[in-house]
Amino acid sequence: MGLLDRFRKKNPGPPAGSQADRGLALFENTSEVIRAETVLRAAGFAVRAVGPPPEVRTGCDLAVEYPLVEALNIRRLLEAAKVAPLDMLPVTGPLLQPVELFQVKDFGDHLMVRAANMKLTVEKATGRIVNVSGGGCPDVPYLAARLIGKTLAEAPSPRDIGHTLCGYALGLAFEEMTRLCSPS
Amino acid sequence: MLAVVGAVPDPVVPVTEGVVDLSGLCMRVAGLTLSPDRGTPALLLAAATACAALSLPAPYAFLVGDEGRGHGSRALYRHLTEVLPGREFSTLVFHYLMPDVMWHDKTLFAVQDMASRPRLIADAGFMYAAKMSGQAAAYDLFTPDAGELAFLADETAPHPFYTRGFILHEENRVPDLIARAYQDENAAATLLVKGSTDYVADASGVLFTVDGPSEEAMEAMGGTGDTLTGIAAALVESGRPVPEAARIAAHANRLAGRLARPHPGSPIAALIPHIPAALASALSDHA
Repeated sequence: MGLLDRFRKKNPGPPAGSQADRGLALFENTSEVIRAETVLRAAGFAVRAVGPPPEVRTGCDLAVEYPLVEALNIRRLLEAAKVAPLDMLPVTGPLLQPVELFQVKDFGDHLMVRAANMKLTVEKATGRIVNVSGGGCPDVPYLAARLIGKTLAEAPSPRDIGHTLCGYALGLAFEEMTRLCSPS
Repeated sequence: MLAVVGAVPDPVVPVTEGVVDLSGLCMRVAGLTLSPDRGTPALLLAAATACAALSLPAPYAFLVGDEGRGHGSRALYRHLTEVLPGREFSTLVFHYLMPDVMWHDKTLFAVQDMASRPRLIADAGFMYAAKMSGQAAAYDLFTPDAGELAFLADETAPHPFYTRGFILHEENRVPDLIARAYQDENAAATLLVKGSTDYVADASGVLFTVDGPSEEAMEAMGGTGDTLTGIAAALVESGRPVPEAARIAAHANRLAGRLARPHPGSPIAALIPHIPAALASALSDHA
């Protein structure tokens, strides 16, 4: 069976596939939903107001559906507009939680922290970031270029300059590394 | 011809395409000079270096600048849907692009309209989109690392960031995760799982493992997975069966790492010049 037979057999219509890359932003009340949708639309994001599934309802029966991978950029924009979401969740698995598991590897002179699919490595003696690896979103090479060569204190937080879930995961690794390298 | 699709971390770079012009470590595409620090340029340079070593034509590249906002990726997706049906490539590699299910599907439909089917390799963001779209089985090769394999194995996860903890904890049980990924059709025909041991697998299970030589520092280096995918792509382009290409690539990438004698702060550019010697050695070992 060729690629295209297989592809046609599993034609990507609207169902699961089209929802799999969408997220839900939850808010305190409907007026915040409307403001958030307006802010995000004005910024060029493909968003819409939808009803959240019962298991994640917070009292407000509307939520904003957004491109899941771009969560970091969207959260920052909403916070700047003073309409921060209560929570941001995947549409296809609203009860899924972000990875909280960190893996730490000691190379002797260097320390590596992994969060989800992102790894950050620093030189212990100086706190200088020497490598960033993992991830697949296009802000990863951009973030690596901005971080490598700087100390943890000098470097911008990936949460502030990243745009995607990979950037968010790198931000978690950055914060964990900062915690580990701080004098106790 | 082998073609590579991906983003570069400079948002001002427009959609750019052309044959890779390689002179040592200096790489240009349609007048654009690329620094092979990591990401798609690292994959491209590794692929071009391996193609030269295999006496294959230099690869073709479709590139765009994208710092993570997705505008560049979507422009490149749009371009691909317009031009791919009229092009001929024998191997297509999709790499760092904003994961977007709608554009993934449109791109795959454009591939469907090509005169002959190229072998399809996906890694990084495009691999995420392929899994999310439910079309992973349409691909010949995915090259995930252990964390990304856990994402493929978790049928509910829409991104590695949401991989469930009980699956992430099973990193030392790679064969089980491979089986789980195939069970839900979230894997390509062949998987090359990058890690302390590299695994080559298909739906029947693990075909090969490669665990030497071992350079621990490579785990921390950004770009070692990109060079591995680039070497594998060149070997696929040479006509070898995909599992064999993946096995030789895994060995060659490790040999290049050994020759580079890296430390955790080494840049990937230190490894790439060793690819020709490493590839020759790996090919000799697997002859």
